[in-house]
Amino acid sequence: MTTPLELLSVEHLLSEEERDLRDAVAHFVDDRVRPSVADWYEDGLSSSAVRELALEAGKLGLLGMHLTGYGCAGTNAVSYGLACMELEAGDSGVRSLVSVQGSLAMFAIWKFGSEEQKQQWLPGMAAGELIGCFGLTEPDFGSNPAGMRTCARRDGDDWVLDGTKMWITNGSVADVAVVWARCADDGAVRGFLVPAGTPGFTAPKIGKKLSLRASVTSELVLEGVRLPSSAVLPEVSSLRGPLSCLNEARFGIVFGALGAARDCLAAALSYVQTREVFDKPLASFQLTQAKLADMALELQKGYLLALHLGRLKDDGTLTPQQVSLGKLNNVREALAIARECRTILGANGITLEYPVLRHANNLESVLTYEGTSEVHQLVIGQALTGQSAFS
Amino acid sequence: MKIVTLVKHVPDATADRTFTADNTTDRAGVDGLLSELDEYAVEEALKVGDAGTDVEIIALTMGPGGAEAAVKKALQMGADSAVHVVDDSLHGSDALATAQVLAAAVTKIGDVDLVLTGMASTDGGMSVVPAMIAEYLGLAHVGFVGELTVSDTAVTARRDDDAASETIEAALPAVVSVTDQINEPRYPSFKGIMAAKKKPVETWTLADLGVDSGAVGLDAALCVVREVTKRPERSAGSVVTDEGDGGTKLAEFLAAQKLI
Repeated sequence: MTTPLELLSVEHLLSEEERDLRDAVAHFVDDRVRPSVADWYEDGLSSSAVRELALEAGKLGLLGMHLTGYGCAGTNAVSYGLACMELEAGDSGVRSLVSVQGSLAMFAIWKFGSEEQKQQWLPGMAAGELIGCFGLTEPDFGSNPAGMRTCARRDGDDWVLDGTKMWITNGSVADVAVVWARCADDGAVRGFLVPAGTPGFTAPKIGKKLSLRASVTSELVLEGVRLPSSAVLPEVSSLRGPLSCLNEARFGIVFGALGAARDCLAAALSYVQTREVFDKPLASFQLTQAKLADMALELQKGYLLALHLGRLKDDGTLTPQQVSLGKLNNVREALAIARECRTILGANGITLEYPVLRHANNLESVLTYEGTSEVHQLVIGQALTGQSAFS
Repeated sequence: MKIVTLVKHVPDATADRTFTADNTTDRAGVDGLLSELDEYAVEEALKVGDAGTDVEIIALTMGPGGAEAAVKKALQMGADSAVHVVDDSLHGSDALATAQVLAAAVTKIGDVDLVLTGMASTDGGMSVVPAMIAEYLGLAHVGFVGELTVSDTAVTARRDDDAASETIEAALPAVVSVTDQINEPRYPSFKGIMAAKKKPVETWTLADLGVDSGAVGLDAALCVVREVTKRPERSAGSVVTDEGDGGTKLAEFLAAQKLI
């Protein structure tokens, strides 16, 4: 018997170092995530658990792993993707924690911050001692961030921020929030580093979630938050800033979603061997095998796509359209696989004893965050036709 | 301070164990890895460095091609360099020959203050090699250590057995084997994994060590495996279905096995 990812003998497409890094993450997930993830999901991940997990991840080198300097490991993009895949095989919420810290919060500071800002925040964030979040989405502006209402106005040398950000991973736990706001004087979009505890800044947790329960999701409320001029990220003054960060995180999702799918398929493959239906193993039924074959096929295709995009990224030629293509396909297929696996597990599939519905529910969020499937279709549509259908 | 940690490449214990025609371990069929018990020795060496002593840690292994995997793990954990003794005539060496070769390698490395090893390999499990190496080198040996303090001139080691704990001091240089209770081996971090491939790994033959190839290997072994028999498959258990008399049936079963 072979595993779904061995069907095409893809292992040799990775370097020894990439395999070692991936295996280290798999070990981390087996050790630190799998034993607790069902409880985290049932009870909701506590802030202290996020802190603990971040420290462990920092020790391994996961946080900002594909960035260079400031305590970051400096791996290639493929290794980062593989790490996301292993993390998300544990849980999409755990992968989200790492994505948001590394690809959104740290990347924004690393790419657009001043040297002082980098020195102040990045080493602690890489170590997991400091946690970051990233505020772009607003209650009324998701796919259309250009409409943002969060506003920054100058007051002497200071900036004063007002507005609300929504669906912010790690928000309530974060030591620093990267908040994107439209500036009242010149209309430009700028990023601000808002330390936790700044007067007027609160980050209440969003409860009653049916997805990403092993992840802290929050609202960021800014009411007359006064920041010094040193709080602004100096190197960008347009939506290109946050969008390039999202492109980084999206790249991780192209790999990550497949991890969740792989985990579901592994659970289903093991289940069909032991479950008997009509006095025969479930594995021996043609309909079951057809489902398994189709899922393994999609998983393989998605993996080759992800790896191809990873190699392009390491070559420095990856375009946002290509990332859209990867995210659109791989999240959509991962969700389909998770749901199909649930049918194989029957009623057992709806419990937290098995990972499949947990992954499926998580992937419902992954399907729409970091650009909805529809937006990615429109990005690809625009690339094909030259016509923008966004507005 | 120069510390040599002995690291052994062993077949993955979770895989099926098989033997070749000459009753030596079949290494071709299974994945190999660093003997887990040796990870404690590597960790303990790293801890000496963490405590502020300036240490150079050399991971030493003897084994066929493929044993680099064991030194790689040690390098990823933080050892500075590695030596791999590889020679076709080593095939089938017993503990005595292994100790002789490793002792010669420690001598060639030179100026070694401390040799740290695991308490046994997870394949052979004989636990005798550390003491034999100490004997070859004429050094003090402290085995099965559960707590270790290293100063510039001596080691202080606590050894636990069922009845008592004893604390032993030995002058450096010394050979110390450590138990799996002594520490929690670290994971290799990403930085460790990426740095490892740039660390030097030397490959030495018996000729490099000045060891006579006739003194090692299967033919010279004083201890030879004559026969290997696979443990019989476990038979299926019997299921006791409780039809109100489950307790009686269980008791009858246990009595029939002469367990009660």
